[in-house]
Amino acid sequence: MDTSILSWIIWIPVIGMAAIALIPREKVKTIKMVTAVATGIQFLATLGLWSRFEESNGGFQFMERAEWIPSFNITYILGVDGLSLPMVILTGLLFFLGTFVSWNINRAQKGYFALYLLLNTGVMGVFLSLDFFLFYVFWEVMLLPMYFLIGMWGGPQREYAAIKFFLYTLFGSVLILIAILALYFTCGRTFDMLLLMQTAPTALDGVIWWGMSAIKVIWVMLFIGFAIKVPVFPFHTWLPLAHVEAPTAISVILAGILLKLGVYGILRINYTMLPVAVWWFAGALALLGLINVIWGAMCALAQTDLKKLVAYSSVNHMGYLLIGMAAVIAAGEANGNNLLAAQAGLGGAVFQMFNHGTISAMLFILVGVIYDRAHHRDIEGFGGLATSMPIYSGIVAVAFFAGLGLPGLSGFVSEAMCFIGAFPVFKAIVIASTLGILLNAAYFLWAFQRMFMGEMNEKYKELPEINKMELFTVIPLLVITVFFGIYPRPFLDLISSTMNVIIDTVANMGGIAGVF
Amino acid sequence: MNNLQSLSLYWPELILTVTVLITIIADLFYSPKESGRTALWVLGGLFLAYIAIKVQDSTIVTTLFMGNLAFDPFASFFKTLILFATVLVIFISQRTSELDGHRTGEYYALMAIMVFGMFLMVSAIDLIMVYLAIEIVSISSFILAGYLRGDLRSNEAALKYVIYGAFSSGIMLFGLSIVFGLAGSTKFFAIQEAMWNLEGSANFAFTLATVFILAGFGYKISAVPFHFWTPDVYEGAPTSITAYLSVAPKAAGFALAIRFFNQVFGDGGSFIDPSLTTYTELPWPQLLAALAVVTMTLGNLVAMQQNNIKRMLAYSSIAHAGYMLMALPTLSSQGVYAVMIYLVMYMFMNLGAFFVVIYVKSQGGGESFDDFRGLGWKMPIVGIVMTIFMLSLTGIPPTAGFIGKFYLFAAIINAGPQMYWLAIIGAINSVISLYYYMRVVKVMFFEGESSETVLVPSIPVLLIFMALAIPSVVFGMYWTPIANWVSQSLIFFTQVI
Repeated sequence: MDTSILSWIIWIPVIGMAAIALIPREKVKTIKMVTAVATGIQFLATLGLWSRFEESNGGFQFMERAEWIPSFNITYILGVDGLSLPMVILTGLLFFLGTFVSWNINRAQKGYFALYLLLNTGVMGVFLSLDFFLFYVFWEVMLLPMYFLIGMWGGPQREYAAIKFFLYTLFGSVLILIAILALYFTCGRTFDMLLLMQTAPTALDGVIWWGMSAIKVIWVMLFIGFAIKVPVFPFHTWLPLAHVEAPTAISVILAGILLKLGVYGILRINYTMLPVAVWWFAGALALLGLINVIWGAMCALAQTDLKKLVAYSSVNHMGYLLIGMAAVIAAGEANGNNLLAAQAGLGGAVFQMFNHGTISAMLFILVGVIYDRAHHRDIEGFGGLATSMPIYSGIVAVAFFAGLGLPGLSGFVSEAMCFIGAFPVFKAIVIASTLGILLNAAYFLWAFQRMFMGEMNEKYKELPEINKMELFTVIPLLVITVFFGIYPRPFLDLISSTMNVIIDTVANMGGIAGVF
Repeated sequence: MNNLQSLSLYWPELILTVTVLITIIADLFYSPKESGRTALWVLGGLFLAYIAIKVQDSTIVTTLFMGNLAFDPFASFFKTLILFATVLVIFISQRTSELDGHRTGEYYALMAIMVFGMFLMVSAIDLIMVYLAIEIVSISSFILAGYLRGDLRSNEAALKYVIYGAFSSGIMLFGLSIVFGLAGSTKFFAIQEAMWNLEGSANFAFTLATVFILAGFGYKISAVPFHFWTPDVYEGAPTSITAYLSVAPKAAGFALAIRFFNQVFGDGGSFIDPSLTTYTELPWPQLLAALAVVTMTLGNLVAMQQNNIKRMLAYSSIAHAGYMLMALPTLSSQGVYAVMIYLVMYMFMNLGAFFVVIYVKSQGGGESFDDFRGLGWKMPIVGIVMTIFMLSLTGIPPTAGFIGKFYLFAAIINAGPQMYWLAIIGAINSVISLYYYMRVVKVMFFEGESSETVLVPSIPVLLIFMALAIPSVVFGMYWTPIANWVSQSLIFFTQVI
């Protein structure tokens, strides 16, 4: 088990899925238990992975390698490093908690949980695979379960939301596929990401396609593919719809993990295989981040549907992350070798990935709680909930504060790091995006005020308090948020070696930025 | 080889000829109800033909009947593929309700004749042989398309098919005669040689001839703008025949087109030096690329608007022809390889999709999207299987269709940056196709409600579903056997001068 732990982590859900396929559909309880056990074991395995992970090693660990299709040089390669490990743990945690969030699904449970586990495998596979072909297969495997989970168990506009999600992401995927093939044929016919990281920068150096640098062409194709997933403005329009229509657990997974896949892809592939182009694109990236921050916050401010507000808050939060990512060029010679800023920016971005994963998951679970009771999510339709549901209100308050970046909670640390890192390079953008922070605080506080303060809405006087099952899903996330808000050190130690490797790769390319 | 020697390498075709005769004679002794038993004779004949292909020495690469037919692994590959498709369609035909009340003796005999014609198509290396082979296939498919005599739409299908067929083969014949006039021979190799010595002033005539010949090939593979017969014929013909037409003659048409273009315009498929692949200055790669783009785009855009699933699949098969056409202009072994892989994958998924349509209809349903409403709840197995076929046709991993597309895109991208635009258009087209394929999935699962009783297909039906669905998934994850088979079959009979 020791050497193949990554394979186990990926394939345990498929074993669970096979088991579910054999259980008669009437035995709902058994199906749920199988899902809980499968995701539980997977989560424990990810924790085991963490305990044996060497933090000082910035390279890949627990590598696995097996022949797959030798005639096309396709190999089964898995590995984990400081960039993917936090995401793997987050995936394990959220899928485990998501099982309990899904407990109340009341139709076609067999299909729901089978697809849920398939989605789990797809996500884990993307984070762990180091062969480009394998990566792409897992990337696509996620789409189908997501399409069904939104389309069959979602809200009133579910069909439209599901196909829109599918079309948008598939469009991004085919661009990624073409970019992968272009890399394959120009960089020595290999899908091995580790090899490509070494060969791509030199093999593509100076290659011109249709009057453009090949590096830029591939970078842009990959970026669009990943940006749709993040989502970066203007590719974000599928997100509010999909989030709002999806059932609660799926919104949690979507916001908590799937959005991170896009960022992960950019960091894993664009940054390490095409580091030269990071220099060319960083400004645009920061600018897109700024647009995301402002646009997301303004849209969130205008929402009356609580779930839509949370959805737009994701767009807003992803903006901070993009600004942090762009800060990596601070470490280059042209920017005065400011290694600390680059570390703060990139580390902040990865930390923000994790924190947004926990905070937005918490927010969506909490939205689900009130929706299950009141059967609507209209912010204006509530009022004075603090008196009828004091515990719930307290938790929502903490979650909202985490969302708006209150010091002492994890969101603050990562957002601050993004800004600190980006400030030396993109002063104007950072200053402008502080407006976003203001709006960010405004939409959360205003929503809180309208829902929980003020006059009690008589209709909801007897609303039952948050129950134990729901508390069980929220409390772990709450604890993580508070813990990392006060003491982020363990997380930053975990990722720092790998971050330094990525920063080195990009920074070393600073000298030849004039190639274009 | 001379005629007598050739016979020793001609066993599969001889067996087929005998099969056709036996089937027709046997049918005389069957009562109308028992007529379906002729299928057994045909299956037996096809099995023997398969054995004959397998035992043939695959190292022999030669021509038969004084340079009329090629005998090479490439031809054997397509013959095997056609046999597989035919056997699957015969099994499917046993399960269709459309043929009830019809004598099916001729039906199976005609299918065997078609197989014979397609065997000739995939090995023809002489213009006259090309024409004869295409006509053998066409005429028997005209009759099969109109097999439901009492059904107006089936009659319409047959008539349209005949008219379009006659028209396009007439144009092709004209093109062939121009080529003969320029080259002075009907043999591919002689034409190739003549091409090199052609004066520049003849380029226009040759281009024109190529376009005319494309009309004939395009008609067989239903490429735009020779596709107009496809939707009506596919809709009107018995669905089993539609399924057959969408796979086997299409494969044969591609084999013929590959052989013709590689032999006449390229270096004959030996692919020694990619830079030598175009000897002439004719713009035919661009012509084929444009044809591919128009074919897939039109197929997809029109398929989106259909309300009848059979008709939607007809347009989607046009789009698939377009995808495969993308790889021909690369004129590389990778391109041919990709088309061959694609055809194998396409056979399973497309026959599967049509079989679902047949099965639903035989269970009292219909062919429109409305008839598929809630199908996934009523017949979960059929719903899941259909979902697999739809995903595979879209090209979502891990399905066979994705591997097919993957190889196509790989071949195009390998051809160099000047072809990337084609890959991008192809990729966008697969995104468009997602919309209408997923519409089937949507009506099957997102509409309708969970029902108490679910319908499970009978064992034979289940077996056919498995025979089509399992390869559609398994070959998406592990396709080394197919890849090996194709790469061993990538040997052409060539005469490089």
